Amino acid sequence: MSEQLKTNNPVIKWVEHRLPVLSFLNESLVVYPAPRNLNYWWNFGSLAGFALVVMIITGIILAMQYTAHVDYAFYSVERIMRDVNGGWLIRYIHMNMASFFFIVVFIHIFRGLYYGSYKAPREILWMLGVVILLLMMATAFMGYVLPWGQMSFWGATVITNLFSAIPVFGEDIVVWLWGGFSVDNPTLNRFFALHFLLPFVIVGAVVLHLWALHRFGSSNPLGIDATGPQDKIPFHPYYTVKDAFGIGVFLIAFCIFVFFAPNFLGHPDNYIPANPLVTPAHIVPEWYFLPFYAILRSVPDKLLGVVAMFASIGILFILPWLDRSPVRSAKFRPVYKWFFWLFFANCILLGWVGQEAAEGLPLILGRLATAWYFIHFLVVLPLLGVMERPKPLPVSIAEPVLRGGGGLAAAAAKPMEKA
Amino acid sequence: MRKFVLTAAAAAVTLSVGVGAANAAEALKAPSKTWSFSGVFGTYDQAQLQRGYQVYKQVCASCHGMELIAFRNLADLGYNEDEVKAIAVEYEVTDGPNEDGDMFERPARPSDYFPSPFPNAQAAAVSNGGAVPPDLSLVAKARVGGPDYLYALLTGYEDNVSEEVLQSIFETETHKREVQYAADLEAYNVRKAAYDEQVKSDPSLKEPTRPEDPGPVESVEDLGLPDTASFNAYFPGYGIAMASPLFEDAVEYSDGTPATLSNMSADVSAFMMWAAEPSMDERKQMGIKVILFLLVFTGILYAAKRKCWSDVH
Repeated sequence: MSEQLKTNNPVIKWVEHRLPVLSFLNESLVVYPAPRNLNYWWNFGSLAGFALVVMIITGIILAMQYTAHVDYAFYSVERIMRDVNGGWLIRYIHMNMASFFFIVVFIHIFRGLYYGSYKAPREILWMLGVVILLLMMATAFMGYVLPWGQMSFWGATVITNLFSAIPVFGEDIVVWLWGGFSVDNPTLNRFFALHFLLPFVIVGAVVLHLWALHRFGSSNPLGIDATGPQDKIPFHPYYTVKDAFGIGVFLIAFCIFVFFAPNFLGHPDNYIPANPLVTPAHIVPEWYFLPFYAILRSVPDKLLGVVAMFASIGILFILPWLDRSPVRSAKFRPVYKWFFWLFFANCILLGWVGQEAAEGLPLILGRLATAWYFIHFLVVLPLLGVMERPKPLPVSIAEPVLRGGGGLAAAAAKPMEKA
Repeated sequence: MRKFVLTAAAAAVTLSVGVGAANAAEALKAPSKTWSFSGVFGTYDQAQLQRGYQVYKQVCASCHGMELIAFRNLADLGYNEDEVKAIAVEYEVTDGPNEDGDMFERPARPSDYFPSPFPNAQAAAVSNGGAVPPDLSLVAKARVGGPDYLYALLTGYEDNVSEEVLQSIFETETHKREVQYAADLEAYNVRKAAYDEQVKSDPSLKEPTRPEDPGPVESVEDLGLPDTASFNAYFPGYGIAMASPLFEDAVEYSDGTPATLSNMSADVSAFMMWAAEPSMDERKQMGIKVILFLLVFTGILYAAKRKCWSDVH
């Protein structure tokens, strides 16, 4: 499929001969062959990329006005809101895009889970995605500390204290993280430095993610491999225009929050300057951490709770080897489909539990949901791989698309080809 | 260990500063109110903001600062340059050092910020029975419910709230006490049974004390608030260190608006909302244009997508 970049422009030819960057871009963004049957759930990859770019641009502008010092941080943010031209807009975009970045990435991950995008030969692509998620979480956590409000300070105190659960070295590690004996100015300074650095590390991971993606191309809703050129269409104009439309819809939803409910996803306590002597009544993390926070608090032992929280993401690394089913798409997995939605509902439940006080009904539900989270990966998926009878797979991508879904019954149930 | 010291210190301060906040009791949810700035098209009412500023200046400012607001910001309220200057010169601010190395007082200029009533939090606490009056610059964004909460709080003192509100609070608190008492009693019975068993072999054991029935909450006194606190239906824990600050005709409005408790509370709440979010009008107006543009632009993109894909399906 590698179509050469055709040009008569002597300057472009001269550059191309020495640095074939334009033909590289042409191959990866223009003629790059994509499956013809991708649905709108496949838009969320490009949306995540868009969100990352917006975060970096607004973040750099904010960094020009922000002061990373415990005495000035809160007021420098308010100065951005009040005195910097358009500062309130830039900051509200940055604040809300953080939430929307997570919404988009969570949907992107659930799409991968539903359609089995993590299966061979895309395991490394998937694992790089998990690395990006971890980097995003670290970046978002440190970013939330920067305004130095009450939730910034107490969130940082609670989360950094988790590391004290590590046996023997725990206390020393926490002091090392803080750069002192409590969350204080050195902590704020290093969080700012890392919050500036990590997005560029994410960009690096995204480049690897795309590199791995382009090795075998996107998976698709049918989960079968392309059998020939009739199954694929060039990325441009088909997916450029579809992704652009997706960004338009995304921006409408996003702008409703930025312009009409900019603080809806935040916490009022963060408009109170940090005060180490006054603890807020409820210390709650940002909404996108709530399911993980629920897992942490569901385990009665502190160390095991921390282990469970990290394991809940770490387990995604070995997902390609836990799910033994040869069929990728849940479309052809009648039992897995139900377990997928159960898992999804379980994650929503964990999110709800995370914002409640850890007592009574929420605590019990949290423990059950935490157990189910791991049972899904460690018991259900391996068993389903053996016990489930998948539906027959279509012969090719083009066939059901061109014949309106016909031909499915004719195709014999055959295991997916391993590339 | 450090954490425990920190938490203990925090608990001690919370107890002394925020009366009632320490037990983190739930308060009534503030009813939502219709404001001039409610909704997508809502904007601040400048006349209301001016009245609210008057209430702040004549009542609240004796204890509460507004450190993020400069006099120049008052132009948002509809004051012209000369009026802003005239407001500013009524205040004295510290400047310096001058050529002799001394700090000096001078009348404020529009670029100066509102001076705080107390030099520091300790001074504020000493003058206010241990409770620090919070700065009001951001309070409308720093409390759940925002301006609704502020209005409910200002009109939520014992003499002003309705009988139904009081009764519902008493019922909730009575129920809470009953639940707590039942749990205490159950724990007591377990301890008593163990005591009855063990006292036969060891007569020196102390008999556990039976918990007292706290009885129902039938009046504000039954809530057991500290002496320094006033009852407020909407303050967490119901005991607030600030005595009811507003009363009928506490200020005299120049525009003829009757200075009722409700009007003054609404006006000053709107003023605090403006102080917390001065760019709200600009934001909403820009938002309407942005959303309209995006609707059209996304529609065009959708048409382009349909056209482009017509040969694939």
